Amino acid sequence: MASDPMIQLKDVRFAYEQGEDDTPQAAEFAIDGVSFNIEKGSFVAIVGSNGSGKSTLAKHMNALLLPTSGEVLVDDLNTVTESQTQPWEIRKRVGMVFQNPDNQLVSSVVEDDVAFGPENIGIEPSEIRRRVDESLQMVGMYEHRKKGPHLLSGGQKQRIAIAGVIAMDPECVVFDEPTAMLDPKGRREIMSIIRKLHSQGRTVVLITHFMEEAAEADRIIIMEHGKVHADGTPAQIFSRDDLGVLALPFAVKMAKRLRQSGIDVPADIVTDEQLADFLCSKEQG
Amino acid sequence: MAVRDITLGQYFPGESCIHRLDPRVKIVCTFVYLISLFVVKSFSAFLLCILFLGTVIALSKIPFKFISKGLKPVIFLIILTMVINLFFVSTGDVLAKLGPITITKDGIYRALFMGLRLVLLIFGSSLMTLTTKPIELTDGMEKLLSPLAKIGLPAHELAMMMTIALRFIPTLLDETDKIMKAQTARGADFENGSIKEKAKALIPLLVPLFVSAFRIAGDLAMAMEARCYHGGSGRTRMHQMKLGKGDAVAIAVTVIYLALVILSRQLPLL
Repeated sequence: MASDPMIQLKDVRFAYEQGEDDTPQAAEFAIDGVSFNIEKGSFVAIVGSNGSGKSTLAKHMNALLLPTSGEVLVDDLNTVTESQTQPWEIRKRVGMVFQNPDNQLVSSVVEDDVAFGPENIGIEPSEIRRRVDESLQMVGMYEHRKKGPHLLSGGQKQRIAIAGVIAMDPECVVFDEPTAMLDPKGRREIMSIIRKLHSQGRTVVLITHFMEEAAEADRIIIMEHGKVHADGTPAQIFSRDDLGVLALPFAVKMAKRLRQSGIDVPADIVTDEQLADFLCSKEQG
Repeated sequence: MAVRDITLGQYFPGESCIHRLDPRVKIVCTFVYLISLFVVKSFSAFLLCILFLGTVIALSKIPFKFISKGLKPVIFLIILTMVINLFFVSTGDVLAKLGPITITKDGIYRALFMGLRLVLLIFGSSLMTLTTKPIELTDGMEKLLSPLAKIGLPAHELAMMMTIALRFIPTLLDETDKIMKAQTARGADFENGSIKEKAKALIPLLVPLFVSAFRIAGDLAMAMEARCYHGGSGRTRMHQMKLGKGDAVAIAVTVIYLALVILSRQLPLL
């Protein structure tokens, strides 16, 4: 893989509450010595149970939080020094979609909300119009552009939030548990938009606790107690036996059972589609 | 679900030429109209105001019933004003006397005059909110006030606050509904009892509501920051307000109207 990093984390430590002068104890670190790079154009899933520090880590990627020690580089810009003058230079590059679709929409008209980000970075009005229409079409919400967000479903609101991020044209989008508050239908819609964004060549970071969603990434990082517990391709990760409380995706469990009963399923089969394709080709062959 | 049905502000959707006017023009014209009501000295001059207002109402194609709805919350105030004027104006010919209260010809005249003025005032201002979306009003306000930003008036911030308030009214209503149901499930009673008991019952509703309002505010602030919000400086707007032909006509008509009202003070026609 080409080593052109979008985001670099170097021994990042972060504590929410800091004493006046005494350095926080190791146990208080929400993130405790995390180092890894996220390559341009990759699709990385960060998984972990509640309190593992995955959301805190995500907020470091666009300078919403600054590391207590260590450093975060976004496109070679240091988040700490950039934050003092123009944090939006980083946030322009790394957009973020949050968990609660209700609490991230600003305007009572859908298209005005999508325009909010581009307006903030001073884009020409005609260009904003073009981007708003384009991103609303991409998430399939163009016909709702004049409506109020309170009339839409959770999944639709989340699509508006994504459109608002895409309209800023970031190189990288960080999703912080975007499907946690949605029903299965909304969840599927969001995942298909995430896939689309990745296929456009954007870097995607997906924070989730659904292993099924993580299986679609090309790399999974498992966080535990503020540290990186495991890091690898989905096939590598799912073959480990130290994943603890995290439930394996259905396809992986199914593949294991099939292997036990003598069907040779390759290790890189991790999603339902891959399993279905494999089984169908098996039948024909 | 009931709380979702409320309309934001009192916008009456339509496509009339009044609806299509630039919000800035509407705000300024409404303001001029309101001032004109205080310039007027005689009933005959009120005919001008009624004519002006009537034309605008007809053009807006809003049923009169909707406009008169605006009177409901202030009807008591209007009656009170009229009664005070009726009883406490003591100049002019005495028509009736009851103890310390005298009813005079001037009193009746003043009462009717004030009542009419208040009604015209309410109709005029509700016409503006009926024909303009709240969000357009906010944008118009921001644009109109922006020259004052130089002397320290936070025009953009005020408009942003209005926008967010409008956006979160339905969200907070939903939240209220949720908390009410949760507390009712735990035995809270919001419907029965004396006024004092009812007021007390609101505490378990208001405390969680405030807590959740602060949580929402925190989330929203973070989401706004993530979307590069850094105040009004260097910000562009997608909607560019442009004055059209209709706006020019509206301004001209309003100016002529104001001139006529001022003239009516000099020339008592009736």
